[in-house]
Amino acid sequence: MHFRHILSALGRHRIAVCLLVLEIAFSCAVVCNALFLIGTRLERMQRPTGVDERHIGQVHVRSVSATSPEAIMAQTRTDLAALRALPNVVNASIVNQTLFGHSFSASGVSLSDAPQAPTIHVTQYFGNAQLPDTLGLKLAGGRWFKLDEFVSDEQLEGEGATVPVIITRALAEHFFPGRSAVGKVIYAFGTNRIVGVVDRLVQPRDYGTAESYEYAMLFPVDLPYAQGTYLLRVKESEQRGEVIRSALHALKTDGPLRLVSPKDATTLEAARAKYYRNDRAMAWMLVGVCLLLLIVTAVGIVGLTSFWVAQRRRQIGIRRAIGATRGDILRYFQTENFLIATFGIALGMALAYGLNLLLMLHYELGHLPAWYFPVGAVTLWAISQIAVLGPALRASNVPPVVATRSV
Amino acid sequence: MFGYYLDLALRSLRRNKVLTGLMVLAIALGIGASMTTLTVLHVLSGNPIPGKSAQLYHVQIDPRDSFGYRPGMEPMDQVSWIDGMNLLHAQGAQQQALMTGGRVAIQPPRTTLDPFFEAARYTSAGFFPMFDVPFQYGRAWTAKDDQDRARLVVLSHVLNDKLFGGKNSVGKMLRLGGHDFLIIGVLGDWRPNPHFYDLNVQSYNEDEGVYMPLTTSQDAGFDHDGGTDCWGNGADGKDMTRNDHCAWLQFWVQLDTPAKATAYKQFLIRYSEEQKSLGRFQRPPNVRLRNVMQWLDYNQVVPSNVRLQTWLAFGLLLVCLVNTVGLMLAKFMRRQGELSVRRAMGASRRMLFTQLLVESGMVGLAGGIGGLLLALMGLWVVRHRPAEYASLAHLDPAMLLITFVLAIGASLLAGLLPAWRACHIAPASALKSQ
Repeated sequence: MHFRHILSALGRHRIAVCLLVLEIAFSCAVVCNALFLIGTRLERMQRPTGVDERHIGQVHVRSVSATSPEAIMAQTRTDLAALRALPNVVNASIVNQTLFGHSFSASGVSLSDAPQAPTIHVTQYFGNAQLPDTLGLKLAGGRWFKLDEFVSDEQLEGEGATVPVIITRALAEHFFPGRSAVGKVIYAFGTNRIVGVVDRLVQPRDYGTAESYEYAMLFPVDLPYAQGTYLLRVKESEQRGEVIRSALHALKTDGPLRLVSPKDATTLEAARAKYYRNDRAMAWMLVGVCLLLLIVTAVGIVGLTSFWVAQRRRQIGIRRAIGATRGDILRYFQTENFLIATFGIALGMALAYGLNLLLMLHYELGHLPAWYFPVGAVTLWAISQIAVLGPALRASNVPPVVATRSV
Repeated sequence: MFGYYLDLALRSLRRNKVLTGLMVLAIALGIGASMTTLTVLHVLSGNPIPGKSAQLYHVQIDPRDSFGYRPGMEPMDQVSWIDGMNLLHAQGAQQQALMTGGRVAIQPPRTTLDPFFEAARYTSAGFFPMFDVPFQYGRAWTAKDDQDRARLVVLSHVLNDKLFGGKNSVGKMLRLGGHDFLIIGVLGDWRPNPHFYDLNVQSYNEDEGVYMPLTTSQDAGFDHDGGTDCWGNGADGKDMTRNDHCAWLQFWVQLDTPAKATAYKQFLIRYSEEQKSLGRFQRPPNVRLRNVMQWLDYNQVVPSNVRLQTWLAFGLLLVCLVNTVGLMLAKFMRRQGELSVRRAMGASRRMLFTQLLVESGMVGLAGGIGGLLLALMGLWVVRHRPAEYASLAHLDPAMLLITFVLAIGASLLAGLLPAWRACHIAPASALKSQ
């Protein structure tokens, strides 16, 4: 089969060929970029939190009427004891903000107490002594808080406070690159000495740049339930629903009239799914558009090739009459399609790159990874070959006798 | 003549069912996808308060200390209690309202309901006349109630339905966060989307059930909900009304003419200068006055996801169009014989061209109907997605019209080139080759 013959035949249908090339190029550009967007979304949705997500449930409880701070603190201790006594509960704790929750608490942190020192905003977790174990955090250096280090939130925010702090490994790397952070001092609430570094803990919600997602601080604070959420760690992940139900029941039957609603009780995994629901919706939408694009492209190939086959019936008959086999005819149309697809893909790659640059201007996106190009090319070649198969088979079935008939 | 063309077009479309079907399908897919996303974009970027959005302005001033100051930077989005109260009492605009969001615990009068939290709006009295809020029962409170920190509330009709079964509850008492409040009004159907006056809470589909005077909420010690921006050594202290280093309130004004808006801006600059000379502000006066749509735009309220989807859908429409051009070219070129006969019988090129365009238009119409069905299906899918704006996705008459205009316009555009090509063949040679 000679490319030259095919090319000269294609030259007779310049407009139609150009349209097909354009169509393949556009869908190549759009599909590559859409798949890239889906990829980045999925990556974002799957970032680990450093927390034992499969075993954690959370219950948000609020008081209906105003009570004294002492009474609330006492009630918190009673609640936590009751929660820990529940069957299948490994540990229970209280925290000021939950992962994927609504609230986001952060403070300006700097390496010096001078007023002009550069400051970054870092999220802060307040919790009691059981918090690290309940969350399943892993210590990368230093130690956990000692029991006598726990303070109230007024003491933490008070004038001249010197409460110790545990920070994440990413934050430690940011402040003290290449050095151990344990024993160093940061300034968040007064003066805070770093006693430990956890392997990983993330912000409750996306805030700031991508690298700051892993910046977090942990402070030893005994919180009243009115300012936090109860966390429960279960033995087996299947028991979460059951444990949350019994926790709700325990909190409802004990203590003053409180808001204990199933709406505010959930597993951490459910909270994650809810937090990323817009991303997931977006990913499905993109998948849908990509599929439609590929279908439409295939439809275009089928339509135009069918037209060409019908138009060249006589020529095909002549070629068959002078000795071309069915395979020759089939291969002719396949090669023709391959050439058109190749032009389309080549143009499409350039367009894809341009579209990526355009998207980068408007959205927080990286460069299109190089491997998208070969994968996209192979996909489009495959689709166009499948689409051309039907019309090409029909062409190969044209009997040689057609050559002897006038139309 | 048009009728004849229609008849010809129908015959021709029927003769070649597969090709016609493919063309209609391509247009329907393109139109369906772009209409689905356009409708979502249209709903999301809609004007929450049509007719008044150009007269309502969100006020921004910059009360921060000089630390971190760069010329040209944006002032804070919200105002502190002291600035808000100063501006409110200055009465510099026709209407003004100082407000923030909150959550209150409701103990329902019916014991069958458990206590629950409800989103609340703490605001000064100007809110209701300024935003043209409709009332189903009762009335709004007055500036005097603001001053007196009166324990009264206005309920949304959704909450009234939930608590009182939709009956007139004006005059009844409601227990909120351990205090008793008198119900003085129930709102009518009022759900501005997006929730423009406070974007710190969810932007879409958020409607507060409880409205109470801002002063009352602080008197009762209710926590506020939403954004709080503090500067300097401002973060400590639980009483937000004494803290002049935290901005947590939204201040809106109504200014009916551009001249009044300019004058109000001057007033804000004067206020900033005055506060600077008093030593409260340290930065040069930095004020912004944005009307509703500018404010939404500044905050990029339409999720960038939706905008991206819309571009993608137009990409799809473009591919569908190119595809249709190709298919129409195939279809029209196939009919060289027929067209040549018509030419030989005396039809002008213009007439052939019109005939072919009528045929494209019919494909567009069929594609539009298919696209409409696909768009309805697409919107149904969107409504069942768990995105926060999902339930808003409905097709309105304007979008319906756009669907057909877009479909027919697109197919006519797609038909132009093939039709032009087809009526420029030499009839003699085409007839001879038959």
